[in-house]
Amino acid sequence: MGEQLFNNVLWPVLGVLAIVLPLVVTVALYVWWERKVLGWMHVRMGPNKVGPFGLLQAFADVTKLLLKEVILPSSANRVMYYMAPLIALVPALAAWAVIPFNDQLVLANVNAGVLYLLAMTSLGVYGIILAGWASNSRYALLGAMRSAAQVISYELAMGLCLVCVLVLAGSLNLTDIVHAQAGSKGIGDWFMWPLFPVFIIYFISGVAETNRAPFDVAEGESEIVAGFHVEYSGSAFALFFLAEYANMILVSFLASILFMGGWLSPLPESWGFLGHSSILWLFAKVFVFAFLFLWFRASFPRYRYDQIMRLGWKVFIPIAIAWVLVAGCMKYFGWVTVGTGG
Amino acid sequence: MIDSSVFQLVCFYAFAAVTVVAALGVITLRNTVHAVLSLVLTFFSTACIWLLAEAEFLAIALVVVYVGAVMVLFLFVVMMLDIDREQVREGFIKYLPVGIIVALVMLGEMLALIGVRAMHEQVMGANPATVAGMSNTEWLGHALYTEFLLPFEIAALILTVGVVAAVVLTLRHRTGVRHQQASQQVRVDARDRVRVVKMAAVVPAAPQPAPGKETTP
Repeated sequence: MGEQLFNNVLWPVLGVLAIVLPLVVTVALYVWWERKVLGWMHVRMGPNKVGPFGLLQAFADVTKLLLKEVILPSSANRVMYYMAPLIALVPALAAWAVIPFNDQLVLANVNAGVLYLLAMTSLGVYGIILAGWASNSRYALLGAMRSAAQVISYELAMGLCLVCVLVLAGSLNLTDIVHAQAGSKGIGDWFMWPLFPVFIIYFISGVAETNRAPFDVAEGESEIVAGFHVEYSGSAFALFFLAEYANMILVSFLASILFMGGWLSPLPESWGFLGHSSILWLFAKVFVFAFLFLWFRASFPRYRYDQIMRLGWKVFIPIAIAWVLVAGCMKYFGWVTVGTGG
Repeated sequence: MIDSSVFQLVCFYAFAAVTVVAALGVITLRNTVHAVLSLVLTFFSTACIWLLAEAEFLAIALVVVYVGAVMVLFLFVVMMLDIDREQVREGFIKYLPVGIIVALVMLGEMLALIGVRAMHEQVMGANPATVAGMSNTEWLGHALYTEFLLPFEIAALILTVGVVAAVVLTLRHRTGVRHQQASQQVRVDARDRVRVVKMAAVVPAAPQPAPGKETTP
């Protein structure tokens, strides 16, 4: 009985902790890195007072947030107001269950992994909508409605991009999708080449789906103050923050896994350590995408709202639909080689 | 420890109970936003029941399509409505008898269906996906695109017609509306927007007489 308890209860819980705790620490470091990168791009220093290179700044900020009072606005809907940050955070963390880190290292190797991810990422928007509604504030409600329309629009484009990947890989399992990108040509076998337009659309939709600049009209500091979380303070605000950054890292992981061969090495096998597929390669690719998020934020002005809608519906979705057909032809006529084993 | 089939049964009843309670909440809750959220919970627990029945694809598709997209739009609309709650309550009482009759008829039909199945002792065969050694999604895909291709395509066509009809019904051509042409907007450069006018500097011909000294207050 003790062994059964260990295998069925304790071991999965430890697995969950082994993903969530490093994730939370990564989010803190990512925030620090974002502020540093933004600083450098603006010819500033960024945070440099707390700890070496300002490394502990994010942790100091978290401590400050946790010690602050969570203020309930008058005539706000109490239950929904407190539940909204949790509803935002839970799907952001739950999605990590199916992310494979290498051949063996995955919490749940489920068959319908991609579908599960699509389901989880589409749930996060409830947190934002409810936060906006429950705050009983005009700015918050406006932010929530902008966010809802935007996420729905870009989810469609994102789903169609995933369909292209599924058609080529012939599987919904993320580990199988990575294996399908292994082959003799190394980097040439990754899905980013045959699916190049879709790859670009996927990442941009990911940026829009996480409400990050230049698609951050849901927060829109210059127009609606801070959008859906304008009334939130203290730890409730910290939860929104955590969910947003966890989602950004998740999108980076997905772009690496679906299009850039996950943990596969871009270099030939003869290069020794660098030529081996390893978790370090996955992290390196994720780092590139995570850096792109920050680069976008520093470079582009915010999109106007109608232009966001136009880009999603009139540009991305038609291209993605056309590429689903192209991907079907690629698979049917055998234009691309799809690997089967790692 | 716990027998797995017993645990499954307990889970089924728990999910079913949540589904029924949430569905009741949809029609009884006064606050429309709460009612919509209750409907979300109904869908979610239904998806859990389907997962128990090993229909993974249907369960996750339910969450993606209904919970993730349709209900978000629903919530979007309901949040903006300013509904008079008393009026809604009046409607509730007015339509209650009709509702009860409909519910009773449905209950009777369902019981009859269960009774027919039980009398014929029709047992569901083994899960065809497991028999074929495929995952649920894979088997469903094969079945839809081979055996049921025609019905599947007809369903798709009907849905497309529905979308086109909705657009046609709501699209109004208004005159005097100026549309933005994104392609033209992208193509502009600085010369289209700013005109630099060169003007020769004018040198005053003669030094002007100094203005009179202002009086200080």
